[in-house]
Amino acid sequence: MESKNYLQDISDIKSMMHKSSRFLSLSGLSGIMAGIYALIGAFLGYHIIYANNIISADGYRTIILTQKHMIEIIVVAFAVVLLSLITGIVLSYAKAKKQNESLWDATSKRLLINFLIPLATGGFFIMFLLEKNIFAFVAPMTLVFYGLACVNASKYTLGYIRYLGITMIVIGLLSVYFLGYGLFFWALGFGVCHIVYGTIMHFKYDRIRK
Amino acid sequence: MSIINNINKVFDHRIRLGIMSVLMVNEYADFNMLKELLAATDGNLASHTKALEKADYIWVEKQFIGRKPNTRYATTTLGRAEFNKHIEALEKLINNQ
Repeated sequence: MESKNYLQDISDIKSMMHKSSRFLSLSGLSGIMAGIYALIGAFLGYHIIYANNIISADGYRTIILTQKHMIEIIVVAFAVVLLSLITGIVLSYAKAKKQNESLWDATSKRLLINFLIPLATGGFFIMFLLEKNIFAFVAPMTLVFYGLACVNASKYTLGYIRYLGITMIVIGLLSVYFLGYGLFFWALGFGVCHIVYGTIMHFKYDRIRK
Repeated sequence: MSIINNINKVFDHRIRLGIMSVLMVNEYADFNMLKELLAATDGNLASHTKALEKADYIWVEKQFIGRKPNTRYATTTLGRAEFNKHIEALEKLINNQ
């Protein structure tokens, strides 16, 4: 009995507890890619909104949003989300395969559900704002709800998502206060923060766990 | 000697340690989830869950999801207490080595 390797037992217990309760195959690289897509999207959005901008008498830039512009922006936004999702799934699948784990199991299901609850709430909230022609709060609200979704999901995956979420919430609140700079804050949050946290997670988790 | 006494014979197997570890951090786990996580065969896993069930360390709930039978496992209060004692004993043993 004494000859048994108790140290191995303890480390097995720890790794099994970790593995069974958290989805560990989330790819940091996909965060970086999502950030890049968001920056491209923000750049396109900027050119759609400010394409023919008029400086008003008070020196403010006024934007004219026609139906056509709105549709273009929504198309860009959906393209960014879709591309990010596909990249996330493909890269996480590759990572899961490398670690000999499955992409679709109890942990990833739980992660997805808990991520989607705040996110879907935000999605409906924003859709109703759009329907009522209230555009000013759209960018801040996407940031805030995405941040809340990340914080909620962090209990079920790599812990760093929590800090990304908190950063997003802070940026979202700032952009409510500094209303009118929505696209700038949006690019900062979804673009820059994704790239920063994606890089941290890539170097911390993607490479070590071979 | 008291340290050795706290080493629980019922947990003295890789699969049983694994089952308990999973159930300590999850509300419950079903048979297939355990099978996948522990890379065990049906028969092997069934015999070990039965042993833990017999000791009253885990409880079993059988139900149907649609038409498929589904077996769920969860720890009992006794099982959690015993497993914690077991881990403490392991840690003491390691520190004394």
